[in-house]
Amino acid sequence: MQSSNRPLSPHLTIYRPQMTSLLSIAHRGSGVFLAVAAVLLVVWLTALAAGPQAFATVQGLLGSWLGLAVLAVITLALTYHFCNGIRHLVWDTGRALELPAVYRGGWLVIIGTPVLAAVIWGLGVLGYFGYLGGA
Amino acid sequence: MAEFRLPANSRIREGLTYDASTGDGPTRRFRIYRYDPDGGANPRMDTYIIDAANAGQMVLDALLKLKDEVDPTLTFRRSCREGVCGSCAMNINGVNTLACTQPLEEISGDVKVYPLPHLEVIKDLVPDLNHFYAQYAAIEPWIQTRTPTPPDRERLQSKEERAELDGLYECILCACCSTACPSYWWNGDRYLGPAALLQAYRWIADSRDEATGERLDALDDAYRLHRCHTILNCTATCPKGLNPGLAIAKIKRMIAEREL
Repeated sequence: MQSSNRPLSPHLTIYRPQMTSLLSIAHRGSGVFLAVAAVLLVVWLTALAAGPQAFATVQGLLGSWLGLAVLAVITLALTYHFCNGIRHLVWDTGRALELPAVYRGGWLVIIGTPVLAAVIWGLGVLGYFGYLGGA
Repeated sequence: MAEFRLPANSRIREGLTYDASTGDGPTRRFRIYRYDPDGGANPRMDTYIIDAANAGQMVLDALLKLKDEVDPTLTFRRSCREGVCGSCAMNINGVNTLACTQPLEEISGDVKVYPLPHLEVIKDLVPDLNHFYAQYAAIEPWIQTRTPTPPDRERLQSKEERAELDGLYECILCACCSTACPSYWWNGDRYLGPAALLQAYRWIADSRDEATGERLDALDDAYRLHRCHTILNCTATCPKGLNPGLAIAKIKRMIAEREL
């Protein structure tokens, strides 16, 4: 939009980071990250189709500490995007847009994200040790 | 496309320091964005130090003090000094607000003052708002009717219909909200921004206006309306306590509902 020699006033670097903008950019970031992470899901499924040896290799990588750390970050991105996505759906109905409700919803998402991720991993661990029935 | 880095001619250099304190009692430091259109130098940050006791109550009081007594070249817009004209909108300590209603005592440490973000700067704290006003004109901010005017009286509203305009008509078009919006920063050439959209909703919500359908048609565009991603920096920053984010959500909802 630069139409003359006039300078552009500073923006991103001087505007105070706040809950409204931080949660918004985190929503965008987690969405992009999850799209990239979906490649990992494809790799996993391809390995499954390719045979027991390939599958064991991928399982081994994902089961390593680094693999588990990556999966933990993906889980957090997923639960954040899920929780904040619900917040956006509520907003789209025209509700919870008064400032106090915006901040309450924001904190709910910030707390809900790790809690939901912990529940998913808790279920995973329980299932791994056979506490959820089945084999 | 979003351009995150400032152009070369816009990068800010360190500027001059004016120490006008008497050494008597606590001082107040102001860091102020300066740009002189004559000479072609880049913008700079000047530092002003004055006695805290003389700084005044509001940021605008301090700016006037600096202009009157320290540096008469310091340039900014101001008029009503009571939050009804919107002239002294600027970025103070990272948030857009009106200098005349921002108490100094709410700010700890240096008082950092920039022009409204992501606009062309004419001089110092005075940005070019022509595009912003053109966008306001684009939403046709006047009553539009199809039915003939009643011959013997005005077009009347019930108290409830009039109450629909509360929180909308109070907007003073200071541009704090639009220039706080990252979406407006990156796409302000085509996205109308929260201020113009709040005004658009002010006419959509008016029971006397009969052009609601045409107004919604004009807004239903990937950029004009739908570049709003509900970031809500607009609502967080409005110095009049209005809610542009809510008004935009209501427009989006009306457009969605009429598709059903």
